[in-house]
Amino acid sequence: MTLNAFYFLSFLAIMSAIMVVLSKNPVYSVLYLIITFFCIAGHYTLMNAQFLAIVHIIVYAGAIMVLFLYVIMLLNLNKESEPHKSNILKFAATICAGLIMLVLIGSLKGTENMLAQQPAAADIGLVKTLGKVMFTEFLLPFEITSVLLLAAMVGAVMLGKPESR
Amino acid sequence: MVKTVPLDYYLWLAAALFTIGVLGVLYRRNAIIIFMCIELMLNAVNLLLVAFSTYLNDASGQVFVFFIMAVAAAEVAVGLAILVMMYRNTKSVDINILNRLKW
Repeated sequence: MTLNAFYFLSFLAIMSAIMVVLSKNPVYSVLYLIITFFCIAGHYTLMNAQFLAIVHIIVYAGAIMVLFLYVIMLLNLNKESEPHKSNILKFAATICAGLIMLVLIGSLKGTENMLAQQPAAADIGLVKTLGKVMFTEFLLPFEITSVLLLAAMVGAVMLGKPESR
Repeated sequence: MVKTVPLDYYLWLAAALFTIGVLGVLYRRNAIIIFMCIELMLNAVNLLLVAFSTYLNDASGQVFVFFIMAVAAAEVAVGLAILVMMYRNTKSVDINILNRLKW
């Protein structure tokens, strides 16, 4: 049952990820990417990381992809007039990606026996555990993240302002 | 709740998603789609972090995923602001126009 759900979610995630790359219209790319993110959230749920699954849906599908959609619609890019790379460049890109996949497969092959194959505890993904870890061990990175978000906000506002002449 | 998915399946899935992200960055000319493929790569790494944290019983991995999400949100905000500015100047999001930094 769990394995079937894993196969289904993986297939859907990989197929829609490929469609993100291949679809002509940027709006369709965004929608396929949202499908991929929901599949990844399903994987988190399968791994008992419910809190991260919810945060993932809220942050990615809810905030980041809406930002992408807004930008695409503001720039009026939802037509298929985008120039594409030449065929030889596309071929070279595919070869490069295939070589990266080959390197990953070669380096990860044979690690099955070294890995723990059963998940340990079921309560690790709960808010209680994560909160305890985050606010004791990772308190300083957590605070620095707020500075990072503030800097990003200021930077985005500064960049988005029309230039005053 | 007994789970039967071995950890190395997640390794292969994350590797495939990461490779598709790399392919998208190399394949497309639209800067927005390149951004989306970078998000895809970040998500592949997130998935792997969550898998290892669950299977090795260490909550730090999931906290890392949390931080990666924050960094990704900041990156997208700034990146899209840069894209909007670039569109305002060149009327296009084609990365081949942005070759003035090449030399």
